[in-house]
This record gives sequence, structure tokens and C-alpha cells, in this order.
Amino acid sequence: MSGMNLTLKVWRQNGPSDEGRMVTYKVEDVSPDMSFLEMLDVLNERLILAGDDPVAFDHDCREGICGMCGMVINGVAHGEQRATTTCQLHMRHFKDGDEITIEPWRAAPFPVVKDLVVDRAAFDRIIQAGGFISVPAGSAPDAHSVPVKKEDADAAFDAATCIGCGACVAACPNGSASLFTAAKITHLGLLPQGQPERDSRAKAMVEQMDLEGFGGCTNTGECTAVCPKGIPLDTIARMNADYLKASK
Amino acid sequence: MAVTGAVLVLFLLGHMVGNLKAFFGADAFNHYAEWLRTMGSPAVPYRVLLTVVEIALVVAVVLHMWSAVSLARRAAQARPVKYAAKRKSQANGYATHTMRYGGVIILLFVIWHLLDMTFGAVNPKGFDADPYDRLVAGFDPSRWWVTLFYVVAMIMVGLHLRHGLWSAFQTLGLAGGRSYGKLKAGAALVSLVLVVGFLAVPVGVMIGVIK
Ligand code: HEM
Ligand code: SF4
Ligand code: FES
Repeated sequence: MSGMNLTLKVWRQNGPSDEGRMVTYKVEDVSPDMSFLEMLDVLNERLILAGDDPVAFDHDCREGICGMCGMVINGVAHGEQRATTTCQLHMRHFKDGDEITIEPWRAAPFPVVKDLVVDRAAFDRIIQAGGFISVPAGSAPDAHSVPVKKEDADAAFDAATCIGCGACVAACPNGSASLFTAAKITHLGLLPQGQPERDSRAKAMVEQMDLEGFGGCTNTGECTAVCPKGIPLDTIARMNADYLKASK
Repeated sequence: MAVTGAVLVLFLLGHMVGNLKAFFGADAFNHYAEWLRTMGSPAVPYRVLLTVVEIALVVAVVLHMWSAVSLARRAAQARPVKYAAKRKSQANGYATHTMRYGGVIILLFVIWHLLDMTFGAVNPKGFDADPYDRLVAGFDPSRWWVTLFYVVAMIMVGLHLRHGLWSAFQTLGLAGGRSYGKLKAGAALVSLVLVVGFLAVPVGVMIGVIK
């Protein structure tokens, strides 16, 4: 069976100071069972054999849990398939003859390193500002020693599934990092261990987020829609509530 | 955004109810206009409370616009390089994407509206006429383009609040969990009531129910 023939328009940028441009490539015989990244692997093998520079893109786990593989596909972060990372996006969602535009996350705090690879260290600095709990380390406590309400445990766990991929920022018309930051604040703020630093955490993380140059949230909901983990918008309301309380 | 928006929404609700007095005839409407100026008397001198409300509204509008402009500027700074592919909206909600230009249309409308009904500068009857006469003259069928502009502006207000109302709850951290369905439905309902309530009067004048 012969596969699909696709036209790719890919952002190529040699380095942070290069201007960058869209370059068109043809990829032939793409199997519908390939993942999006495997399709790019096919392109890259061909480029390498031809002595060209392969398209740089980030990836690690290729199973939807590390958050490295972000790219904007046809104007949508991680592609139009809902709740799916690029590595878990399969070529069966495309058809023969399709033209696919592939771009890096676009945000000033996420500078392009090369081609589709961006530097998401801004997220690390937001975490460093308050995304932790201070506990005297020792041997792990007994699992049942601190009771947690079932609803809280569920909501905290849902928030904790954020993989820090940055799709929320890429999709936001304001370039805001609110969903990511709110996911971390919610995850810790719902659990008993997160209570002592709850207010200072929200304040420090929100301030760091603004300092990094992310935009302000206007509740467009574009972030939740593209989030591969479906982090809900109410995390942002919780972040706002904690932040307002801390600023009083 | 949220706090100043809330002030403006409260104003709009009151303003709409007041406008509907036009359906009860010239006296009811003119009395209402007079009452606005004598609110609180004799404890408070003539027009003092009204002036306080007017100042509060101007402050709210200016701060609201200032927040809108700074949000837009931050957004532009956060994404200096635009996407080549047109960004497809993945969240439902047309209203959400009309906030900025819709707000500008509303502002232009507010300026016209003040020149028309408050100062009478662009009103056929001018400043010296009764409020009711200004109203009826303003929406005369021969001035259909004015009425049309009012209709467009009110639809923009409706869209603005359809997003803005629930968005304000979210901004203030008052939304959560299962409340979104109700909040969004409530926002849609209040927006609809405001649009219908505001449009009833101009349309009433145009079709001759108010004359
Ligand atoms: C003067 C012209 C106006 C401009 C330029 C303007 C612009 C904006 C913008 C850009 C936003 C933020 C968008 C967002 O949150 O998604 C907004 C929010 C809002 N606006 Fe306006 N607006 C104007 C007039 C009004 C009026 C007359 C009202 C009240 C009836 C109003 C009520 C609101 C509310 C309640 C919000 C939501 C606040 C929040 O999200 O926290 N606005 N406006
Ligand atoms: S909130 Fe969702 S989209 Fe944003 S970084 Fe976390 S997993 Fe990615
Ligand atoms: S490569 Fe790990 S999430 Fe896609």
C-alpha cells in the first residue's frame, strides 16, 4: 500500500540570532500509522542523506508525558486533535495531498533555539519562584498519615498532570502562561502539605510569570482547549483567588 | 477590567430600566430625568448625586480602557513574531474575540450617544428641548442610520458582556468547578436582557409606539 504524499511548510531558523523563514518540503509515502514525529524523522533522514541540515525539534518520551515535543501544526498547538501531544498525534488524521504548516511556539519568553526548538526555561524559573513545598526531609511518611478529601485529591491530581509543554502559552492570543502557573498553584494549594506557603507561593509565581514577559490572561479559554492534559480553566480562578488574598 | 467593568454593568442595568419609562409617556420619562437631578433632596443639593455618579462612570471608563490598552500592549510584547498559519480558535466563543475592537465601537457609540442625548449637539431638537422630545426626534424614522448605529452598538455591548460578565467572575477568583455552566448561562441571559431592553426604546420610536 502506498502512503500519503504531503507538503510541509516548516519554520527553519539556524540559531537564536537568525531571522528564520518558512521552507517547503515534500514527504512521500507517509504511513497513516506513523506518529507526527516519525513523519518528521522520515523527512530528516532524507535531508541527512542529501547532506542537508535536519529539522531540529524537541522530543524525549514520545509517549505523551515529558512535554518536550511542542510545535504549532496548521495554527494549532500540538495539532487539531484534542488532548494529544505532537508525539501522540498520528498521521491518520491527515490525508493524501495535505499541506501542513509547522511552526515553533511563538512567545517572547520562549526564544527559538533552532528551527522548532524553543527554550522553556522561563517555566523553570516560575517553578523555582514558588512551585515547591518546604518540608524537613527524612524517610517517606506513612501514606495515610495526612488524610486528604477525595475531591481535593482528584482535583490536585488532575492539575498535577500538567507536563509543562507550553502549548497553553503558544495558543493564548495574549501569550499568557496562566494555565501552566495555575496548574502548579492548584496542584500544591489543594493539598495539606501545600497550605503553609499557599499565599506566598501564588504571589511569587504570578510575579515571576509577569517578570518573564508573558501576557495577561483575558479568559479566552484557548489554553484549556489545546492542553494535552486538559487542565481546566478553574485552576486560573483558583490562582486569582490565592493571588488576590495574598496581595491584600 | 473586572471591577471597572462591574461598575459599568450596574450602570447599564439602571440606565436600561430608566429608558423603559419612555413607554409610559412623556411625563413619566421627563419626571425620571428630573428625579435623576433631584435624587436625595432636600438633604443633598440639586444635581450633586448625579454629578458624583457621572464622575464615577468617567473614572471607571478611563480605568477600564487603560487596563484594556495595557493588556493589549503586553500581549503584543509577549508575541513579537506572529504565526504564519492563521491561528484557529479552539475554544468556543465568538464574543471572546470581539472584546478589543468591540470595546472601541462601544466607546465611539458612547461619545455619539452623549453628544446626542445629553448635550444635544447632534440632536435635531438640541440641548434646550425636553429629554423626551430629544429622544423621539433622535430616533425619527428619517434618521434610520442613527437607529442602525444604536442597534449595532448594542449588539456589540451584548457580545462584550456575554464574555465579560463571566470573565469578571473568573478574574476575581469567584468561579470554580461546576459553576461555569451557570455563570455562562447567566452572562448570556443578562446580556440578552440588556440588548433587548435598550433596543426596545429606539425601535419603539421608529415604529411609532413612542411618539
Ligand atoms: C470604552 C470602551 C470599552 C473598551 C475599549 C473595552 C475593552 C475591554 C477589554 C479589552 C476587555 C478585556 C477583554 C477580556 O477580558 O477578555 C474588557 C472586559 C470587560 N468589559 Fe469592557 N470595554 C469598554 C466598555 C465597556 C462597557 C461600557 C462595559 C459595561 C457595560 C464593559 C464591561 C466589561 C466587563 C464586565 C469586562 C470583563 C472584565 C474581566 O474580564 O475581568 N466594558 N473590556
Ligand atoms: S497547562 Fe497543559 S498546555 Fe500548559 S504546560 Fe501544562 S500540560 Fe502543557
Ligand atoms: S515527546 Fe514526550 S510528550 Fe511528546
